[in-house]
Amino acid sequence: MSDGVQRVGIVLVSHSAAVAESVALLAQDLAGGGTGPVAPAGGTADGGLGTSSDLVAAAAHRVDRGAGVAILADLGSAVLTVKALIAEGDELPALSRLLDAPFVEGAVAAVVTASAGGDLTAVAAAAQEAYSYRKV
Amino acid sequence: MLDADFFHRWLAAAAAAVDREADRLTELDSPIGDADHGSNLRRGFTAVVATPEKEAPDTPGAVLTLAGRQLISTVGGASGPLYGTLLRRTGKALGEAPEVSEAEFAEALRAGVDAVAALGGAALGDKTMLDSLVPGVDALPTSYAAAREAARRGALATIPLQARKGRASYLGERSVGHQDPGATSSALLFEALAEAAGEAPGE
Repeated sequence: MSDGVQRVGIVLVSHSAAVAESVALLAQDLAGGGTGPVAPAGGTADGGLGTSSDLVAAAAHRVDRGAGVAILADLGSAVLTVKALIAEGDELPALSRLLDAPFVEGAVAAVVTASAGGDLTAVAAAAQEAYSYRKV
Repeated sequence: MLDADFFHRWLAAAAAAVDREADRLTELDSPIGDADHGSNLRRGFTAVVATPEKEAPDTPGAVLTLAGRQLISTVGGASGPLYGTLLRRTGKALGEAPEVSEAEFAEALRAGVDAVAALGGAALGDKTMLDSLVPGVDALPTSYAAAREAARRGALATIPLQARKGRASYLGERSVGHQDPGATSSALLFEALAEAAGEAPGE
C-alpha cells in the first residue's frame, strides 16, 4: 500500500465456504479489487456446513494489520461462534469486532470503507448502515 | 468437596450419554432443526474426553474451561459456542481452587447458564436449552437427583412451546409439538452430573 495506511482486516464468516468466498470476491471487486485484507471463513474445517472457530481465528490473524479486524457473520452458529471467540479474549487479534450488519450488503460496505482507509469505527458504521438501505 | 476427578467423571459421563443418545437427539432435530444435533455434540464431546490423561488439567476450573474451548472449536453448530460458553464460564467462575464445594459449583454453573442466556439472547420458555438448564440449576442446591429430574421435566415441557430462538423459530407454529433437542441434550448433562455424583439412575 503506497499511502502507508494500515487497513482494517475483514473476516466473512458464513455457514458455507462457497458463500464466504463468493461474498469476499464480490466485495473486493466492488471495492475496486484487492486493496484491503479480506478473508473468508466459511463452513466447518472438514468442508461441511457450519462454523469452525479455528477457521475464524486463523482468518482473523491472517488479515490483521494492527488496525483492527471487522468480522461479519451470517446466521446462528456463525454469530454465536464469533461472539464466543470474542468473549474468550485471547483467540482473536486484540482489536476484533463483530459487526451488526447484513452479510452481503454489510460486507460490501465494510470492504469499500476499509479499502478507502477507514478505521474500525468507520468500517463498523458503514456496515451497520447497510441495514437502513430498504429495498421496497 | 468436588475435585478435578469429579469433573472429569462428569464430562466422561456426559460424553457417554451424548454418544448413547446421539441418534435420538438428531431425530428430535430433524423436524425443527437441521438434523445434526446428535452428531455435532458427539464430535464435540469425543474431543473433550480425548485429552490424554497426562495433559488433563488438575483443577475443577481448568477442567471445565478446557472442555468449553474444545466444544467451541469442534462442534460446528450453534450448540458448540453455547455449551462451550456454559462450561468455560462455569470453569472461570470456579477459579483455580483444587477443590470446590457443591454450593460453589451450583453458583458457578448459574453463572455459566446466565452466560448462555446472554450469548443466545434467549430466556426461559423460548424452547431452547435454557428450558432445561434453568430448572436444573435452580434445583441443584437441593440435590443432583433433583436437578436431573427438574432438567428432564424442563426438556419435556418444551413440547407444547413455540420456538422463539434459533433455526426452529423460523418454523413458527410448526415448531409446536416437538421436544427441543437442545433442552434434551442439556438434560443429559444433569443426568451425567447425577451419575458422576454416584446417584442411582432415575426414570
